[in-house]
Amino acid sequence: MGRTGQVIPGGHLTMGIVFFYLSLLVLLPLSAFVLYASDMSGQDFIRQVTDYRMVHGYLLSFGCALAAAIINAVFGLLLAWVLVRYDFPGKRLMDGLIDLPFALPTAVAGIALTTLYVETGWLGRFFYQLGIPTAFSAVGITIALVFVGIPFVARSVQPVLKDLDGSLEEAAALLGAGKFLTFRKVILPELITPLVSGFALAFSRGIGEYGSVVFIAGNVPFETEIAPLLIMTKLEQFDYQAAAAVAIVMLAMSLLVLLVLNGYQRYRLQRQGA
Amino acid sequence: MEAVTKLAKPVAGSQSRFLKTETIVKWSLILTGAAFLVVMMILPLILIGVEALGKGWNAYLAALNEPFARKALWLTAEATVLSVVSNTIFGLAAAWLLTKFDFRGKTLLGSIIDLPFAVSPVVAGLFFIMLFGRLSPFYDTLQAYHIAVVFAVPGIVLATIFVTLPFIARSIIPVMEGQGRDEEEAAALMGASGWRIFWQITLPNIKWGLMYGIILCTARAMGEFGAVSVVSGHIRGKTNTLPLHIEILYNEYNFTAAFAVSSILVGLAVLVLILRNFVEWRMERKDDHEV
Repeated sequence: MGRTGQVIPGGHLTMGIVFFYLSLLVLLPLSAFVLYASDMSGQDFIRQVTDYRMVHGYLLSFGCALAAAIINAVFGLLLAWVLVRYDFPGKRLMDGLIDLPFALPTAVAGIALTTLYVETGWLGRFFYQLGIPTAFSAVGITIALVFVGIPFVARSVQPVLKDLDGSLEEAAALLGAGKFLTFRKVILPELITPLVSGFALAFSRGIGEYGSVVFIAGNVPFETEIAPLLIMTKLEQFDYQAAAAVAIVMLAMSLLVLLVLNGYQRYRLQRQGA
Repeated sequence: MEAVTKLAKPVAGSQSRFLKTETIVKWSLILTGAAFLVVMMILPLILIGVEALGKGWNAYLAALNEPFARKALWLTAEATVLSVVSNTIFGLAAAWLLTKFDFRGKTLLGSIIDLPFAVSPVVAGLFFIMLFGRLSPFYDTLQAYHIAVVFAVPGIVLATIFVTLPFIARSIIPVMEGQGRDEEEAAALMGASGWRIFWQITLPNIKWGLMYGIILCTARAMGEFGAVSVVSGHIRGKTNTLPLHIEILYNEYNFTAAFAVSSILVGLAVLVLILRNFVEWRMERKDDHEV
């Protein structure tokens, strides 16, 4: 095994390129941040992150991202199911459309969604009549996060559902299980892993999302000021310390999501192996 | 399969009613999914078209022809091309290194490549402010040589490269891994140079994977907003990319112009989706061919 690496040339060259590039573009900026952040005293850090406006900001980001990820889990599963199991006209279009949030710039999505959901907007007027303010509220932020998160769950579940072994379902049907029971007891357990990873991806994207949310959020401090916006606001006031503090909290959150996801996947693999 | 259908026959005595509920379930699920996509995606797209043309073709064309809009388009094109080119070189090198060689710290290297995906774009922008802004240890040196990075074009390009860094590498690595090392090893043993192996063996094998990564990278680079917004300083005609220009127009209540400029990006996004579907189809066909 050790010899194979020596046969193919280019090891030193590619190693050089990769290390130079990653150091310059990823490690150097990251360490500049860490260097600055570690300069902050523990007291300053605690004072910054426990500031009421800050806490409100990341709880809002966290809550809306969670709500949006749950909605996306439901609709992502439904879309994946429909696309894998059924044939109908317009299926290819539907399949292609799911990726739109990956391709459409977030700022464009943001202004379009805002215009749709303001009080006089095409959709907003219905919600406002029902007494639900959709623009400049947590509802609006959640709608924008649902938009950016749609592809994650659908695209994680789709391939797994496609490769699912049909014989188990047939067996369940022959044993007299109804369609719904079969779905719940046979199919759903197989889909839990991709469902969870799609959920986690949508959730962590939602916490950090900025472009599609700023417009519909309205950015009222203590009301609709999301965490990424707090960073922007603090930077504009040259309050670097506060901006760095929010960034640390956000980095910790996405790290936590990744760790939990990793741990969960390992646990599932172990259980499957046992 | 035969046996299953035979066995299933007696159970299917109430087949017609069973089929009916199944059809109802099928179509209600399809319609729910379709309604969701219409509300979340089709309506915003229609709205962009309607708003952009709300004041007629002349207003639409005038908004696109405006000098600041054209400058923003050029800056977006510049940042996108530079990101795609540099990330392609990096992606190829990283894929070659990770798939053709065994060494310690491979997993760590993979995680560092993925890091930009895990970081919020706004936080990424903050990294570059810390590195090149007035808190930076290099700030005085940069000032002395009149090199502006933050609030200038280099900062925008660097931030765009950062957020799009993993796309191309992550698209090529699985394809190169699937190809294995045999062909390259054989060529190397027969005395082919590294470049020749790359151009004649590796590249033809991974070209669709590479195309796929380039498409994803382009889409993200042209639309990047958060990271670029932090480092740009919003200087009109100088550091405005298309998405930032849209933000300014929108905040000035110049909705027609904002949506007119947006419509260019919508057109590009649709093009990206079509190309992506085509490349995906080619990749699947290649897989079938090999099996």
